[in-house]
Amino acid sequence: MASRKGLGDEGSAPVPHVLAVDDSPVDRAVIAGILRSSRFRVTAVESGKRALELLGTEPNVSMIITDYWMPEMTGYELLKKVKESSRLKEIPVVIMSSENVPTRINRCLEEGAEDFLLKPVRPADVSRLCSRVLR
Amino acid sequence: MEYSNLQRQAASLKKSLFDQGYLDEQFCQIEYLQDEASPNFTEEVVSLFFENSTRLMTNIEQAMEKNPRDFSRWDVNMQQLKGSCSSIGASRMKNECTSFRNICGDENAEGCMRSFQNLKREHGVLRQKLESYFQVLRQAGPAVTAARPRGM
Repeated sequence: MASRKGLGDEGSAPVPHVLAVDDSPVDRAVIAGILRSSRFRVTAVESGKRALELLGTEPNVSMIITDYWMPEMTGYELLKKVKESSRLKEIPVVIMSSENVPTRINRCLEEGAEDFLLKPVRPADVSRLCSRVLR
Repeated sequence: MEYSNLQRQAASLKKSLFDQGYLDEQFCQIEYLQDEASPNFTEEVVSLFFENSTRLMTNIEQAMEKNPRDFSRWDVNMQQLKGSCSSIGASRMKNECTSFRNICGDENAEGCMRSFQNLKREHGVLRQKLESYFQVLRQAGPAVTAARPRGM
């Protein structure tokens, strides 16, 4: 798990904490780098299972950004579990995927995903998204 | 602005990587994320990529040996590798992954074998070229900006 603290100014609002979920170590590093450059606090984990474990102990996750295709638990399944939880359902969830499959995108949005990003994810995509969702 | 010979060499190496199609714009996106807090971010991500891609290619090779004609399994593994290639802008490798997946879709085992050999070659060449690039960058020191080479 990789965690970077945000660099909020002293006395200012808490820095948003984003949980990034991706089984690819390369994509985890890239998305964490993008979020860090936007001055967010980032925790990156490799699976939906680890994400749920962290959500059980970390009270202040501002947003979840997750890959769709992961072994054992897909991003869609993680989304469903978050939205089914009374404690977690208000956390915005964004899905990422390298495949542009309209039925997949619609299914995620209908289940409550905030947005769906196509990979490779670019800093501008994440910046726009976070501005809308977190600020 | 004066550039040292090493900085010029680094810029030239990078330009050739783009000119020859080894890298695409996504690589620049990675470089843009490099800053004072993460001065070696690009090299770290590339190093992760080669570690990950080597493992994935070993998995694919084993799958092709142990599960002949299991095109679905081969495709799933190759999809993962393609995703990694795409994330760092490894354009030629990404294209070869796409080619492999198309051939997989045609259930052409021999074609898959040939494509995989091409992919291994591309992987080796890219690794060598990027290692040279980062070696020169390290010698040149900071101040080489992350930008798409001129003329691209």
